[in-house]
Amino acid sequence: MKHLISTRDLSRAEAIGLLDTTADMVDVRGRDVKKLPTLRGKTVANVFFEDSTRTRLSFEAAALALSADVSTLTAQGSSVSKGESLKDTLQTLEAMGADYIVLRHSHSGVAATVATSGWTDAHVVNAGDGTHEHPTQALLDAFTMRSRLSGATARGAGLDGANIVIVGDIAHSRVARSNVWLLNTLGASVTLAAPKTLLPKDITEWGVSTAHTLDEALDGDPDVVMTLRIQKERMSSGYFPSESEYSRFWGMTSNRSARLKDTAIVMHPGPMNRGLEIAGDVADSARSTVTEQVRNGVAARMAVLYTLTGAQS
Amino acid sequence: MARIVLTKPDIDRALTRIGHEIVESQRGRTGLVFLGIPTRGVFLARRLAEIVARIEPQEIAVGTLDVTMFRDDIQQKSTRATAPTDIPASGIDGTTVILVDDVLYSGRTVRAALDAITALGRPDVVRFAVLVDRGHRELPIRADFVGKNLPSAVDERVNVSLTEVDGTDEVSIA
Repeated sequence: MKHLISTRDLSRAEAIGLLDTTADMVDVRGRDVKKLPTLRGKTVANVFFEDSTRTRLSFEAAALALSADVSTLTAQGSSVSKGESLKDTLQTLEAMGADYIVLRHSHSGVAATVATSGWTDAHVVNAGDGTHEHPTQALLDAFTMRSRLSGATARGAGLDGANIVIVGDIAHSRVARSNVWLLNTLGASVTLAAPKTLLPKDITEWGVSTAHTLDEALDGDPDVVMTLRIQKERMSSGYFPSESEYSRFWGMTSNRSARLKDTAIVMHPGPMNRGLEIAGDVADSARSTVTEQVRNGVAARMAVLYTLTGAQS
Repeated sequence: MARIVLTKPDIDRALTRIGHEIVESQRGRTGLVFLGIPTRGVFLARRLAEIVARIEPQEIAVGTLDVTMFRDDIQQKSTRATAPTDIPASGIDGTTVILVDDVLYSGRTVRAALDAITALGRPDVVRFAVLVDRGHRELPIRADFVGKNLPSAVDERVNVSLTEVDGTDEVSIA
């Protein structure tokens, strides 16, 4: 594996391998000495053309934990705001010795373009491209599910038979896309719940079930409910009548949380709109994995950087 | 053609002898921790711990030390899967760590293991036990306890099979 662009490219064995390595990295994060020498002398360039807090910090923490040097470039405050092209920006980074390019861009497909363009020899990690994919988020989500659902027997396992509901703005969500492909590969069954206006048009091709309200999806007694952020920045026109209406039909409220089985978990990739897609007390409850997801995110990204490093066969 | 160099009784005898040597080298020190390097070192560590406990009953901890992320050939070789590291809950500070592996060759795995140990704590003593030493060291490293010295050519392969993973106890060279 030279690049990580899409969870679609991962075989089941590769995906489970990444989750197992993530587990080992979680252990390292729990030790007194949290640093590994693995990427000593290598440079990870975080290139963020789109705003991000946790993904950027998470990749930085992961790279530093592997002893890599990190340089971070954001669109604001760089020559990108002077109109420098993507190609020129990336070739500049390459000339400065970037071995890994972690790339976030508001346009779908940019990471794949960079990886196949021949502009750079660096490993490319997609950190979110438009509404297309966010593979490291899917890996940390799958890891969080596997640890919570299988506990000590998780190693080497997939998510076979797990019943997972993803609710919210599926159409604009790269998190949903990456999750669906990965969860399918890992053997989970996925139900997407959203207003019709927020379901993608090609949904029949996705290999998932759909539900038109969250209550309908909860009737299937899920193991996991993943709530997605309502992305106000990607919404130009009215996809649903009002925020209170959204919350009424698709919000993860306290009453809906009470319907879930005891072992079920509620996830959110952050940043949360409390009171809209997830109620504050659900986000803070024992079911919620929100902070666990952030913690696992660093470990998952360490696993990805390490796995891309080996010689290509 | 693979040539068998150690059979099950040979392996048992070698491990028993190493067990005696470990007890002798303790010189009254307690707090033994056997750390096996995956995959086969882990099972050899468990066997040695049992043997030592039989020879001289004492409290012995057994664990696993994954050295993958400490290797110096990560960029050159295709990606190796990591394995869990499992050490006693009380840590390894002040203990006598016996590192255990199946084959000693270039010495690079042991070098990585020493770094991995340093990241986990500060044992009083670290010793290294190996079932087969096949020579061709690339670093100034030697084993304290050796089951069998096996002169080999660089292009030969030494294969260690253990009942726990391979269903049979045997060392062969091809």
